[in-house]
Amino acid sequence: MKNYDRLIFELSREGRCGYSLPEGSWEENTGCLPQNLRRETRPALPQVSEPDVVRHYVNLSGMNYSVDTGFYPLGSCTMKYNPRIDEELASHPGFAHLHPLQPEETVQGALQLCRELSDCLCKLTGMAAFTLNPCAGAHGELTGLMIMRQYHISRGDLKRTRIIVPDSAHGTNPASAAVCGLEVVQVRSTPEGLIDMDHLRPLLDDTVAGIMMTNPNTLGLFETGIREIVKCVHEAGGLLYYDGANMNALLGKVRPADMGFDIMHLNLHKTFSTPHGGGGPGAGPVGVTASLAGLIPEIGRVSAFHGNFGVLMKAYAYILSLGRQNIGRVGPLAVLAANYVKESLKDRYRLPVPSLCKHEFVYDGLARQDAGDGQQVTTLDIAKRLLDYGFHAPTIYFPLLFHQSIMIEPTETESLETLDAFIDAMRRIADEAESSLGLLKSAPHTTPVRRPDETLAATHLKLTWKS
Amino acid sequence: MSRIIEGLSYSESHEWVKVDGDIATIGISDFAQKSMGSIVYVDMPEEDDRIEQNEEFGAVESVKAASDLYSPVSGVVTERNAALEDEPGLLNKDPYTNWIIRVRMDNPAEIEALMDAAAYSEFVAGQE
Repeated sequence: MKNYDRLIFELSREGRCGYSLPEGSWEENTGCLPQNLRRETRPALPQVSEPDVVRHYVNLSGMNYSVDTGFYPLGSCTMKYNPRIDEELASHPGFAHLHPLQPEETVQGALQLCRELSDCLCKLTGMAAFTLNPCAGAHGELTGLMIMRQYHISRGDLKRTRIIVPDSAHGTNPASAAVCGLEVVQVRSTPEGLIDMDHLRPLLDDTVAGIMMTNPNTLGLFETGIREIVKCVHEAGGLLYYDGANMNALLGKVRPADMGFDIMHLNLHKTFSTPHGGGGPGAGPVGVTASLAGLIPEIGRVSAFHGNFGVLMKAYAYILSLGRQNIGRVGPLAVLAANYVKESLKDRYRLPVPSLCKHEFVYDGLARQDAGDGQQVTTLDIAKRLLDYGFHAPTIYFPLLFHQSIMIEPTETESLETLDAFIDAMRRIADEAESSLGLLKSAPHTTPVRRPDETLAATHLKLTWKS
Repeated sequence: MSRIIEGLSYSESHEWVKVDGDIATIGISDFAQKSMGSIVYVDMPEEDDRIEQNEEFGAVESVKAASDLYSPVSGVVTERNAALEDEPGLLNKDPYTNWIIRVRMDNPAEIEALMDAAAYSEFVAGQE
């Protein structure tokens, strides 16, 4: 990888520019801009030639690690490969050049696409209606919880202010609940990694609005008690929210509505393969059962226009290009890949929950973490060393149930050869931990940025450049 | 092994309490700071804020994760350890001398629900 560490401002030379317009043939026109809003000095933009700009950004992009350059087993993120056909269809000028304020009669094709995508999502989840407005998973959670709250309010049941969230949940669950004005009550997991029914039952009273669940959960385990949980929560008058972050494991095989969930979101950018990471863009459509469908408009607008339309288009192309037969193979292949990696490394890495996993699983660090001399081989060391082997690191230190969590999600799009290469790298790292610990402690060695001091990086931010 | 100090009371969420009359000094245990790793930010309540037993009163953020702080007692905050604002890593250096807040307790009997050093040692052993 070419090491490139220049800032565009460092390339700047006084008077240099990429494009010049003929002098004298233009006059200044500031229109109706009031005097007090006009600049008195020129903006401090870098002065660079066109090749400087192009090379700068191409060199920077070459330092990016992406799912297009290599294996990206980031747990809970479903970094599957994004098929090119989706990009091609989404960039069709008839869609790509639409303006959201165009008259309705000129965007009928786009609206039809939204409707057909909704119908597909209903078929895949068993829900009766979807809103495509939410722009990401957490946005979907908030929207879904607002619908849940509206359900209770519409029945005059105003005392339901608490929401139950498992201790293994994604951090966005309690955060979304707090933004929605609900009080979060945590329910414990059993040593087997599933919701503890004995802890859940006494929590269910008439102040509980509902429960948020991810199934399979963040340990990659299917909540086998789901029928019992649904029965108990419904009997207590609450609703069940399904966090679709891990839907990839079940796609085309199991439907959240059939399990008994009332409200859910899907992460289109994860499960339906549109490019994501680094902050977006995403799409988090929210689906509800028939009895709640009328409540969707009651909560008001949650985003402008129809959400992230580009993401919706790619998801629609993904669903149609796979078709009903093939989409049912996504989940099983993702589960097979995860179990293959899990079983291949369990002699070298600690596997706290050894049962069959779904699309992802969690190791709790190396089987032998004590490196002698009071030194410990940590998950951070392993993750940093993986970068030297050319792989993106898995998710680390999540879920919080273990001290050295390494969460691996291979997805269905990786070949056996890629999985074997990853397994081989992980075995070598386990060997190095015993033979040459220094290599791990000082890793990565081959990346443009070596190992930063994370404490310093978090406490002393340098966010601006000064010459 | 984590260091555990005699004479303090401990909660299951790994806060410690030192009682002096009706004033409770609250911090986090050595086990808590070790589990979290390098601490980079401490979110504390203001003086005169009311806090309730078993409810969140702040948060500690490390390079690994952010964890809520739960109050072992109910009462009114009388002091916050301002040194932690500039140097949150003090909690890693010595979590027992570097307390987080002091609280005037409503009901000092609430302390009885907490663990003593021996019980907390056993509790932590189950988690290590």
